[in-house]
Amino acid sequence: MGQPTDPLVAANRFGLGPRPGELARIAADPRGHVEAQLADPTAARLTAPDLMASDRAMREARAAERVRQAERARAAEAGPAAGGKTPPGPAATPVPAMAGNPMPAMAAGPAPAMMAPGKPPAAAKPPLPIEAEIFRREQIARLARFCETATPLLERLVLFWSNHFAVSETKGNPVRVTVGAMEREAIRPHVLGRFADMLKAVETHPAMLVYLDNNQSIGPQSLNGRNSKRGLNENLAREIMELHTLGVAGGYAQTDVTALARVLTGWTFANPDEDDFHGGRFTFAPGRHEPGTHQVVGRSYPENGHAQGLAVLDDLARHPATARHLAFKLARHFVDDQPPAELVDRLARVWRDSDGDLAAVTRALVTAPEAWRAEARKLRAPIEFVVAMQRAIGRPADVGVANGALVALGQPTWAPPGPDGWSDEAAAWASPAGLSTRLDLAVQFARHAGDLEPAQLAADLWGAALPEPTRVAIRRAESRQQGIALVFASPEFQRR
Amino acid sequence: MMPDPTCPDAGLAPSRRAFLAGAATLTVWPFLPRFAAAAPGGRDPRLIVVVLRGAMDGLSAVAPVGDPDYAALRGAIALGRDGPNAALGLDGFFALHPAMPTFARLYKAGKAMVVHAVASPYRERSHFDGQDVLESGLGGVGRADSGWLNRALQALPAGERIARAGGLGVGTMTPLIMRGAAPVLGWSPQVLPRASDDFAARVLDLYRHADPGLAETLERGLATDKLAAQAGMGDAKSRAGAATAEGMKLVAAGAAHLLAAADGPRLAALSFDGWDTHANEGGATGRLAQLLGGLDGAFAALETGLGPAWRDTAVLVATEFGRTAAVNGTVGTDHGTATVAFLAGGAVRGGRILADWPGLKTADLYEARDLKPTTDLRAIAKGLLADHLGLSRRVLDTAVFPDSTAVAPVADLIG
Repeated sequence: MGQPTDPLVAANRFGLGPRPGELARIAADPRGHVEAQLADPTAARLTAPDLMASDRAMREARAAERVRQAERARAAEAGPAAGGKTPPGPAATPVPAMAGNPMPAMAAGPAPAMMAPGKPPAAAKPPLPIEAEIFRREQIARLARFCETATPLLERLVLFWSNHFAVSETKGNPVRVTVGAMEREAIRPHVLGRFADMLKAVETHPAMLVYLDNNQSIGPQSLNGRNSKRGLNENLAREIMELHTLGVAGGYAQTDVTALARVLTGWTFANPDEDDFHGGRFTFAPGRHEPGTHQVVGRSYPENGHAQGLAVLDDLARHPATARHLAFKLARHFVDDQPPAELVDRLARVWRDSDGDLAAVTRALVTAPEAWRAEARKLRAPIEFVVAMQRAIGRPADVGVANGALVALGQPTWAPPGPDGWSDEAAAWASPAGLSTRLDLAVQFARHAGDLEPAQLAADLWGAALPEPTRVAIRRAESRQQGIALVFASPEFQRR
Repeated sequence: MMPDPTCPDAGLAPSRRAFLAGAATLTVWPFLPRFAAAAPGGRDPRLIVVVLRGAMDGLSAVAPVGDPDYAALRGAIALGRDGPNAALGLDGFFALHPAMPTFARLYKAGKAMVVHAVASPYRERSHFDGQDVLESGLGGVGRADSGWLNRALQALPAGERIARAGGLGVGTMTPLIMRGAAPVLGWSPQVLPRASDDFAARVLDLYRHADPGLAETLERGLATDKLAAQAGMGDAKSRAGAATAEGMKLVAAGAAHLLAAADGPRLAALSFDGWDTHANEGGATGRLAQLLGGLDGAFAALETGLGPAWRDTAVLVATEFGRTAAVNGTVGTDHGTATVAFLAGGAVRGGRILADWPGLKTADLYEARDLKPTTDLRAIAKGLLADHLGLSRRVLDTAVFPDSTAVAPVADLIG
């Protein structure tokens, strides 16, 4: 461990690990290299012709489901003569949990997930269901960006905020087809913008509305509520206050949760089955909205339709408890599991003074003296570990390879265990099974590294800063491939 | 408790026996002589704690069908006493969810029991703080870096087999309940071919020089890999998560394999995700039914996998808190307070329901919305640790569950 050199702080603490030659390029001015990444807020955006907007993704997924339903109905009607219960046609094939690489139980030989990229399976696979295909394309685009970006700090911010506003594809198809789009539509445009804007973009996004059930919540006194048995669901309201803004000790009560839930009734999206143009887009449904003035965290919000909820979010975004909560989380994520109190105070102050300007807060973080002298005690999260190997090799791995690795390490893409996201502390990832799995993965990725020279790879990753024991171990490796695997398994590669 | 012919003072309270044993063996460690001696036929206890993350709905898992207010509160998700998917009657008042036939069978055989209206000392409604309190064993929210199961392990006598073998944390992340100073093996269903022993040895050597903290953790991971390979699980491959029925079964079967091994661990922590049923929870069938079916499959996998060792096993299943007494506006339930805990295993004195039933009238509910807690979950855990592992009252009140003197262990859970 020990205090890392400035270029290593720039490339690892504030980056995703160096690509070949990167460390040498930034060595002259590592701090300037980090700050320069804040110059262009649009650099975090990600669009591509094969990526769908969330509303279109929802409409196409529903259209595909309607076709499948019709086919099933036809098959059932055809009756037993047509093979009623015989194996279902391709349209009814279940969507695999992870696109592209089914994993038969107890398969012999290397797992399919680790097959060399570009090696096609023996038989041509049927096309993926559209839901899985949309999800797969989003993963590929994201991985490629992580591996190739020239502004890795912004990608780290994307990872941080995506985990802060965690949603999971395991909730079902509506989230699976929109979770990647949510990151592109609600997170990426705002990582150097205003927190209030990111907050409003996230809480109105269909992925979040579905994940935390708000699309089903109905005001008991609303037009629809009075005529049905359905009513309030407080899931989104609670997590907005507990996780997204104030923090669990942020000074709100059960009555505030219920009041915000009432405010948010009517926040939903247009029905993708019925509306070919707006279906899947955020909409405010007045008939579901609980009418009246509502009291949230000491403030009164008069009836104002959809703007009532936006006003609450604006106030929550600038609340001092939110500033403190996010200042702590940012410092913990980038600097240390127990971040210096002075640093947290400073970030919270900048947050309050700038009204939650994330560019200003990020600048305060990356120019903080504490951030450049802290020991490298943090453990790379699995996604950072996997991406760092691919950047070191110089190209993205096959998406199946990367997914297999992330599943094995307990961080499957866009499938966090709950709305609080994955843990940000070293203790959570430094588990016995987690570490021994990193060894297995180091060996697997070394196999895909081509003819890299281990000593050159080490120089690309650490320059002259690599401690002697690791240097010696790499030199003594029994093969070039084992040398590369040792680089990836080394303690210096785990910490940042 | 059944009288044990090998133990002349089996009728004494555990702490009394413990004191005598401690005094006689010149160790500060209080211990039960009848299993300290690993004689043939002697006890070799296993304790498994399963944490259900997301807050399991206790009123659906074990429904108070005899309570006059139950059916109205629960509306569309209420379980019925009869019909095609009738709940499985337990004692006339409570009925078990129909997705749990294994548990029902164990209950009938006297090897499983239910604790109802139980809760940890946590009284707010955050999953994450709630899980921390449940797993840390602290009296309230606070920074926790160790769990009560690990501290129980630390309190076991250093020389004994049970302590030497350490604990088992299942999953790529060790659950908080099992984190701490006592050695913990880690295991999770594997999806990759293993790195060679030679490579592992080289990396371990490197860690020892450069990063002793990581070295110690890695060493434990490698040790479990080896154990798993010996048990024929080395190349088990699965992508099932612990939130699916298949995943729960797989995780339970893997843990059972390791616990059954003669030199394997004896205390294990498992966790299953996905119990946060805010919407479309379902009644006798549906989402919660699938999860409960998965849990039931895990009980079966533990019973099968442990083989003869099941006789000496106790399993505790607990969740961070319960859910609202009434069904919410989206045919689900929101965060609540009291819920159920399950106990199962050959060592459990089962066939009964432990409940000081608070009732479901609005005035009887906690904050007029949740099932009111009448049993502290720590009292159950303490009872297990006292009677099953022989921990003394003093250790339980101070080290394992700090500042919990007022919470007396529930007696006679084992036997």
